[in-house]
Amino acid sequence: MNGIGVSPGISIGKARVIKKVQIALTGILLKDEVSIAAEVERFDHAVNKAINEIEFIKQNTSLNLHEEDIQILETQIEFLADPQIREDVVEKISFGKRNVNDAVIEVIGNMVNVFENMDDEYMRARAADIQDIGNRILKHANLSDHTHAQQFDPDTIIIAEDISPSDTITMGKHVIGFATQAGSKTSHAAIIAKAKGIPAVVGCGDGLGAINNGDIVVLDGAIGLVFINPDQQLIADYTKKKAVYIESVNWLRQLKEVKPITTDGTKITLMANISGADDMEDVFDNGGEGIGLLRTELLFMNRDSFPTENEQFEFYKKVALQSKSKAVIVRTIDIGGDKQLSYFNLPAEQNPFLGYRAIRICLDRTDLFITQLKAILRAAIFGDLKIMLPMISNVQEVREAKNILALAKNELLKENTAFKADVELGIMIEIPSAAITADILAKEVDFFSIGTNDLCQYTLAVDRMNEKITHLYDPFNPGVLRLISNVIDQANKQKIHVGMCGEMAADPLATLLLLGMGLTNFSMGAAAIPVIKNIIINNDLSTAKRICEEVMHMDNSQNIIKYLKEFTA
Amino acid sequence: MISKDYIITSPQGIHARPATTLIKLTKNFKSTVSLKKNDKLVRLNSMLNILSMVIKGGETISIIIEGDDEIIAAEAIDLFFTQQLKEL
Repeated sequence: MNGIGVSPGISIGKARVIKKVQIALTGILLKDEVSIAAEVERFDHAVNKAINEIEFIKQNTSLNLHEEDIQILETQIEFLADPQIREDVVEKISFGKRNVNDAVIEVIGNMVNVFENMDDEYMRARAADIQDIGNRILKHANLSDHTHAQQFDPDTIIIAEDISPSDTITMGKHVIGFATQAGSKTSHAAIIAKAKGIPAVVGCGDGLGAINNGDIVVLDGAIGLVFINPDQQLIADYTKKKAVYIESVNWLRQLKEVKPITTDGTKITLMANISGADDMEDVFDNGGEGIGLLRTELLFMNRDSFPTENEQFEFYKKVALQSKSKAVIVRTIDIGGDKQLSYFNLPAEQNPFLGYRAIRICLDRTDLFITQLKAILRAAIFGDLKIMLPMISNVQEVREAKNILALAKNELLKENTAFKADVELGIMIEIPSAAITADILAKEVDFFSIGTNDLCQYTLAVDRMNEKITHLYDPFNPGVLRLISNVIDQANKQKIHVGMCGEMAADPLATLLLLGMGLTNFSMGAAAIPVIKNIIINNDLSTAKRICEEVMHMDNSQNIIKYLKEFTA
Repeated sequence: MISKDYIITSPQGIHARPATTLIKLTKNFKSTVSLKKNDKLVRLNSMLNILSMVIKGGETISIIIEGDDEIIAAEAIDLFFTQQLKEL
């Protein structure tokens, strides 16, 4: 059965089906002022008891509550104490002559309805929270159905129509997973399950009704799968999967909070390469400390016309808002070469990689460039955005780009639009001439980022796409290594930042060598971060320097790779 | 009366967690604190009212404070919107 996986992990256990207690209107009308006053008092009393109950859960240390749990409980207290709810309920009792039960059902029902119809997914999910606090008040108002905390057998998987946040929090350690018919990714139950590390699948639909107490259930909380009474083979497969998953999670968790510092105390920064705001969660989950490369191609691809300044602004702003105040390096338009746009007619070229692409287009079509720069400058208010120019081959290009950046700022000033003026400007070092003249370029910019993929293909005159010559595409070629080393040296000498965002930054074989060259900033796909971090925290800088010295004296990449492999084994 | 505009700097906007913090914060003061967005005005003492405004990241809202201790209340609320909100 399929659902929405909201909390990754695998659980294999016995089902416990939980049915909701039906709440119903009584239809009773109050007769006099005395009973009205009594009902209002009963409401206040129920709210107080409900708040006390949550306070009690909050202080119950045996539940091992996480920061997220506590915050959700505090939100529930604020909901319960909400003056708007009280006002509405008291009005229903006083003027509608309803008893507490009916007044609460009606008021909460209306509010749930309002939230369910909002056009914001997060707010729609809040409807469940409001229903939950309504049920809580009702429970305390109707003393008769006093329910105690539920007891569960070990390895229980809860199957329910829906699970309230407070149910999730008080589940206890015997519950190893849950699956629900309703729910969404942003429901509080999902958030708590994730914080607790309990696999959970929501939104499974009616099919879940087929499960009975005691059925064997297998949950895959990452992709949202539920198996009912599966065969032995599947259970065996998932038992294996579970072990692998737990191992990798433990390893990641251990590393996530560890700072990438070498054993002798050199601080390294590990950043991620991303294509948009959707990749951000993954970056922080893997312990990334910012974005070393935000590709902007996604913005331009799969559409019929260039994105407007506002469309681009929204794209960059979304990333900036989620960046947790960490640096985000935005690479300006990098189209041309192998990246073509249907609406931008670039004539076919004999050598597209040596042709009209990236900064060359931007300096020619300044209208496109200014639009992008303006959007980035505006979005920089919301986070630490930096601008990076790709495909720089000489210093004049940098100066020209700076002039255009000044024009973009001027336009924004004239339009009276808010923007950040002191945005850092850096360049990609991916053309050999730029690498060789790093000393010249360093005087013009705030940072370098070494793009090893293109640097390697341009230095070695090897087309990356040509399968016949892939063996020549070799980042460990002494020529490539000398260029990289020169760029790092010059940047460090002139005290500008230098990072690497090419594939080499994610290659465990190259990590110590690059450290030895003096590189302190690596940017890569998020998944590679823990692997590289693991190398950094287990080595010291002097070893790295020695390795680098050895390597720089070798005359071919075969020996270099063989030598480096000894240190990574 | 003190009135000030703020751009919401947290990506998810004013969701349940920041709303809770904000309500708790305003409870410390005697002043009446209200929030205005697109001409809709609500008191800052109700979760439901704040959430029903659906305030998203990047949007601009106004805060209106009125009462004896409005100056210190405004300082605390300023700190909330300019610094604390980002971390919530």
